[in-house]
Order: sequence, then C-alpha cells, then structure tokens
Amino acid sequence: MANTGKVTAMTVPSLDIRGLAVNYELADGTVSAAVSDIDLTIMPGQIHALVGESGAGKTTIGNALMGLLQEPGRIAEGVIRIGGKPVDTRTGRAEGIVPGKDVGAIFQDPMTSLNPLFTVESQLCETMRFHLGLSKRQARERALSLLNAVGIPEPERRLKSYPHQLSGGQRQRVVIAAALCCDPRLIVADEPTTALDVSVQAQILKLIRGLADERGVGVLLVTHNMGVVAEVADHVSIMLKGRIVESGPVDRVLGAPEHPYARALIGAVPRIDVKLDRLLAPSEENPSAAAARRKVRGAAGDEGGGAALDVEDLRVEYGGVPFLPGGKSKAFRAVDGVSFSVKPGEIFGLVGESGCGKTTVANAIAGLVTPTSGGVRLSGEDLASRRRSGARKALQMVFQDPYSALNPRLRIRSALAEPILFYKLAATSAEAAEDAAVLLEAVGLDRSAGDRYPHAFSGGQRQRIAIARALGPRPRFLVCDEPTSSLDVSVQAQILNLLKDLRDVTGMSMLFISHDLAVVRQMCDRIAVMKGGRIVELATSEGLFADPQHPYTRELLSFAPSLDKIARPPAPANGASL
Amino acid sequence: MLSAIASRLSQALLVMLAVTAIAFVMFRYVGDPVAMMSREDATPAEKAELRRSLGLDRPVLVQYGDFVGRVARGQLGVSFRNQRPVVELMAERLPATLELVLVATLLSLSVGVPLGVFCALKPDSAAARAIQTLSLVGISMPTFVTGIGLILLFAVVLRWLPSFGRGDVVSIGGWTTGFLSRSGWASLILPGVTLALYQLTLIMRLVRAEMIDVMSSDYIRFAKARGLPPRYIHFRLALRNALMPVITVTGLQIGSLIAFAIVTETVFQWPGMGLLFIQAVSFADVPVMAAYLLFVGALFVLINMAVDVIYTVVDPRLRTRRA
Repeated sequence: MANTGKVTAMTVPSLDIRGLAVNYELADGTVSAAVSDIDLTIMPGQIHALVGESGAGKTTIGNALMGLLQEPGRIAEGVIRIGGKPVDTRTGRAEGIVPGKDVGAIFQDPMTSLNPLFTVESQLCETMRFHLGLSKRQARERALSLLNAVGIPEPERRLKSYPHQLSGGQRQRVVIAAALCCDPRLIVADEPTTALDVSVQAQILKLIRGLADERGVGVLLVTHNMGVVAEVADHVSIMLKGRIVESGPVDRVLGAPEHPYARALIGAVPRIDVKLDRLLAPSEENPSAAAARRKVRGAAGDEGGGAALDVEDLRVEYGGVPFLPGGKSKAFRAVDGVSFSVKPGEIFGLVGESGCGKTTVANAIAGLVTPTSGGVRLSGEDLASRRRSGARKALQMVFQDPYSALNPRLRIRSALAEPILFYKLAATSAEAAEDAAVLLEAVGLDRSAGDRYPHAFSGGQRQRIAIARALGPRPRFLVCDEPTSSLDVSVQAQILNLLKDLRDVTGMSMLFISHDLAVVRQMCDRIAVMKGGRIVELATSEGLFADPQHPYTRELLSFAPSLDKIARPPAPANGASL
Repeated sequence: MLSAIASRLSQALLVMLAVTAIAFVMFRYVGDPVAMMSREDATPAEKAELRRSLGLDRPVLVQYGDFVGRVARGQLGVSFRNQRPVVELMAERLPATLELVLVATLLSLSVGVPLGVFCALKPDSAAARAIQTLSLVGISMPTFVTGIGLILLFAVVLRWLPSFGRGDVVSIGGWTTGFLSRSGWASLILPGVTLALYQLTLIMRLVRAEMIDVMSSDYIRFAKARGLPPRYIHFRLALRNALMPVITVTGLQIGSLIAFAIVTETVFQWPGMGLLFIQAVSFADVPVMAAYLLFVGALFVLINMAVDVIYTVVDPRLRTRRA
C-alpha cells in the first residue's frame, strides 16, 4: 500500500473498496445502515455498473465517493482507495481526496446540473483553475480540447454559450467534459442517461465507453437500466437493500444470474426482441385482487362495431400571433396532422423521442389542450364539445409522475371517491367508498390503503392508486402517458401486467404512450411511431419490430440498448419472487 | 428583443393612461374647482364665467384629452394652498425623499444580504436563530413605533442625533443635498434606519429562503462534486442565483419607499414628497394630490421596466439567442 505510486498505473485499481458501510445516524440515536459490506474493484478503463432498485443504496455509494454524503449519513467503516490513494474515512466522510480532481462526477439530469447563469467556459475552467492552478488562457485551451474530445461541434462558440442554449445531449457532454477536466482516476456516473432520449443515450454511452478505453479512467456507473448495463459495462454488481448480492462480468451476471433477486430483477426487464404474454414480475398481490378485478365494471362492449377512438388530422399549434402587423407568425406545430384509430379492446402504442408531440396528442385527446384543427371521436362521439359528461367520464388518464398526480392532502379513499361521486355513479358516499375499496383491491392494494395519504406509499403503489382513480368513472378508454417511466423495473413489470389484466377483464381500450420501445412492444397491439409532430409509421407490434419500414423507426430500434446478453426469462412457472 | 421592449412600452403607456384617468377624475370631481377658486361672494354669473374660462363646460372627454395634453407637457396645475405650480413644489421636495430612500435601500441591501446568506449557510447556529427571531420583530414593528423609539433613545436620551429635519443642505443646480454636510448626514441616520428596517428584514428573509433553495439544487451539488472551494460556491455561484428574486423585490420596494415614506417623513418632519402629500391631503389640495398620484404611477411603471431590463442582463436565459 505504501508503494502504490511506483506500480505502473494500469495495474493499480481506479477504485478499490473493502467492507464499506454507510450509516445514517438519526436524531433519536438510532442508526440505520444505508449500505454495508461493500467490496468493489474497478480497474483503469473498466466500467463497473451498480444496479438495483431505488433505495437499494447505489447512489449512496456514489455520493460517499464524491464527498456528497448528506448529513446525517457517515462512512462507518471500510477502506477506500482511489487510484491507489487511500481515503481517510475516520471522520465519517471521504477526506484526503479532492472531489473534481481525483473523482469526476456525472449527474443524472444535464438540464439541472449546470448553473444557468454562467457560461460553459466559466463552469469548465473554474475547476481546472482551482485544482490544476492553470492560467485563464491555459484553462481555456484545455477546455477547448476537452469539448472536442466529448464531441461538441464548434467548441469555440460553445464555450461562450449558456447552458440553455445547448440541447440536453450537448449539456451532458459538457458535464462529462467537466468531469474529465482534471484527469481523475475515477468517474462516478449517477444515472447519466436516464433523462435523455434513446438516440442521445446511445451517443452518450458510446462516448463514456470510448473515454474509458482511451483515457484509462475507471467508471462507476450507477443505473437502474439493464439495457444500459448490457450495452456499456464490463462488470456489474447487483444491489439489494444496501448489500451487493451478486457481482461479476456483465455477460455472466446478466446471462446466468445466480442469486434469486438478481434472477427476478433481470427477468422483469421488458424485452425488445421477444413478446411475452406477461412480464415476469415478482408477485406482491393479495389473492383477492383477481376477484376484485372482476368486479371492476368497464363500460366497454357498446361500440357498435366502430372504432373505440378516432383521431382525424389532429393539429395543435402553440403561440404564434405576431406583435407587429406584417410580422412573421411564430406558431410552433407540436402536432401536425395526426390520424389513427384505436379498436375496441386494443392497446395502441405511441412512441417517439421527447418533443415529438406524443404527449400533446394525449393531452388533446384528454381535452387538456385545445386542438387547432382536426377531430377526436370517442366511439363515434365528437369530443370537441366536451360538455357532455358521458364522453368525459368514458375517457380517463393515467399520468407519468405518480408523485405529483395525487393530491397530497387528500386521503386515498376521498381521491378515489371524488370522480365516482362527481359522475353520480354512486348514490351515497358510503357506496362510493365501497367502490373505492374494490378498486384498491383490483389494483393489488389493501382496502385499508384508503385511510392513508399519498405520502405513505411508494412510487409503484401510487401509480396503482392513480390507475384505480382513473378506473373509478368506469371508462371505456384509458390514456396512459408514460405510466411506468419513473418506476423501477420490477415495479414497472407489475404495473404493465396490471394494465393488461384490466384491459382483459373490462375490455376497455388504451392509448399507451412511451419512449421505451421494449415496454411498448410488451404492451401494445399496434404501434405508431411519431417524429416532428407526425406519425411516420403505423404497424402491428410484431410487424414493426420484425420489419420496420421507415428509416426513423429503424434508427430508433438501433439506438435501443441490445439485450442479447440478458438471460432469456425462464418459464413463468419457476419465476423467482422478491 | 425590440418587439418585447415595444410591447412593454405600450403596456406602460396604457397603465399611465389609466392613472391619468384617475387623476383627472380627482381633479374634476373631487370637490368643485369653481367653488374652491372663486370668492365667497361671487355671483352666479361670475362663477359661470370662471367655469367657461377654465373650460369646465366642455364635454368630459374633451376635458380629459386636454388634461392628458397638459400632463404630457408637464403642466400639473397650481397648488390651491400656496398658489405655486405643483411641478415646482414637487421638484423642491424630491431630492429629500430620494436621498432618504437611497440611504435606506443601500443600508437594507448591505446588511440584509449578508445576514440572509449567513442564516442560510449556518441555519442551526445560535446567531442565525437570534437573527431570525429579531427579523420577525423587525418585520412586524410599525414604522412609527420604530421611529419614535429611535428618536427617544438617540435624540432625547443620548442627544447624539437630531430628531427632525434635514440639517444643513447644499444646493447644486437646484438639487438640494444633505450628503455634503455633517449635520445633513447626522439627520439622515435616524430616518434612514427607520425606513430601512422593514426592507432589511424582508430582504434578509428572502435571501435566506432563496439561498437554502439554491444550495440544494443540482448545479450546486455538481459544483461541490467538482471540488470547488466552499467560499467560491457560496458567494460567486449560489449567491448570484439566489439574488434573482431579490432584484424584483428591491425594485418594488424602492417604489414603495419613495411613494410611501409618508409615515417616516411625518415622524421626522422630513421635508420630502410624503410630507408634501400628507399636507395636501389635510388641505384638500387636489392638484398636488393628483400630481402625486401621477408621479407614483410613473415611478412604478419605470421601476418595473428597469427591473425587467436588469433581469435580462443578469439572466442569460432571457436574452435573445445569438445563433
């Protein structure tokens, strides 16, 4: 250990952790262990992925290394060496290493990790000037070559830019440049592509892989996305409740996981290459769920042979009236002539990257934005004049973020009973409360959940509640806008299975919006691919994935991380449970 | 950018038109100008003649147009009380108020911002708790109580500072300033502190709240992860983000201070605009009141525009994109 400096750089691990434990010491004196018994070695040029569900402790490890551990968290024991340099953890924090110099950081959301009031140049150069003692000019030159290295076009001009003038992908490249600027031995990348589109994700992953190879920097990649792991990592450690349960080369761990939890987690990953009837989800449902689900009354069946939903030449424009006479109209066409129809009982998918207009289509259908032109008909009934509550209650929506979709000051029971009473589907509030309880059971929760407030529930449970709320008015049509994209993969599998079951029981139709091609493939009967406000391809789910026609569809499919390395799910019978 | 400024200007003009309309209504309908201006024993014929000569027999809209025209030319009428042009009266009083407000604003910013930052960075320290508690007192204490308390202590008991007036003033090209004499400064202290106290606590609490918010933001965490020194993170990075809303509040507060320094000016018999206004009210001096209304309206419009401009300078997101 004393001679680490003399050993050649390539044989000294970028990161070496032995027996790390991080505790949170609460005010009442109790100690809760966030992570414990962590052993981790990353060699130079290696990418080591740390996966697990939210709360598993993977971010805690990253924060401990970056010196960002939040009070009252402290490193309780363990030996950390970064690039051979021992880290002093006696104070409970990582001392003796310089964040930014020894460890580079890449954060999740490039939209918020750069300060909006300062130029790219100032944010890149300040780190180098503090850590490397460079002059302004030296720092600027180095910043230029870094921007080149991370693939930002016109680096001269970009140095002068403010973050808001860059796209999300470019910002993340700037963040990576900032992480690299002092040549750290180790980079901690905490969900570096989670906030990005698939095409940008593919580029950023390629960039990180390339930088690791060229510069010989070790990367600790914290992520929940198995596809990302399969695409870019060399080694992977799977975490459960603060401990690493399985660790090894990516091919081995993803291809033949040994620990039951690892098997369950990997089995829950939606696959893009094969369609399954049900996702392999750890079951946490109580037996009454199926019975209750049969009691949920849909209003389907009365379609008269027509389509459940007809969207015809829908256009939505934002803004646009010029200030001066003769000025140019600045209207932005979010949706530019979209037509499709959804058959009764069908799950219709809408995919595309952010900004392609898919959410605007959902909002126009739900009546949350007013279309500029074009028509939406639900079972033949025009939704333009949405005054009649018949159409309104027949179409319900499930939103992306279950944390903000529920009123935090309303008990679950009241939240569920509200639409039931509003549409006069129950005569008394006692009756509505009973309906709410049945709905809760149908989505796999306990009846008693109605007594509590939203904060008492996890993200997945909240999304179940949001679905139950949408079912209250007995809709014929459900619009789901990215219903699982903020959820962990195993929870995602449960929610997707739930939505499918509900469709099967009630016969309702769904519009399912997602940016995740694998999820769409598992869920949908037919899929429309959107780009720039238009549908570029519409096909059956099998057809689209087997034989994509439009170049953009092919491009999107090529960007999706390959799951070849991931084990094919075993037959559902021997599915592991959490 | 140009069209944005043009639209701001047209909005400002609309606001000013609305203000002149109110001022006009005051002029025309609060009391009868003829009755106020004619002698007690004037005959009805004389009154009718005066009415005609003042143009008060014409249609209301014509009179309003006429009024707007006069306001635009700076003719705000003659004070009923001391028979001098209102513009002249206000010009005389303006320097006193502006100097007082300037001192109060500088004082509140130079004390309020550092205190706010301190309370945000060391929220659990005893000093921060004490400051927080005291700020509650400061924010809820009425100005006249503070003023009278300060007079009692520093003017009556200790006899350090004068209790009223501006002291010796020096006139430079029609602008009377108290900044150039010892007694002028001495007289500024008590009213300045009195006026600043509310604004100071407001700014301090605002800076504290904003700073706590900014310190937990992703970009500050990212700055920490890059190992930048705490002082640099706090004062060069975070403070700038935290000061954004302070610009708005300070701008609006300067407007309120100028417009409503009335209480402080009354307590300290400060010969400023507020005192002029309060006297105008007690004498029903309508031209002065109307002119004051116009002045305050114009002031707020101007300050709001200035705040918008400063915002675009400080926040790059609001600037035009130079492609």
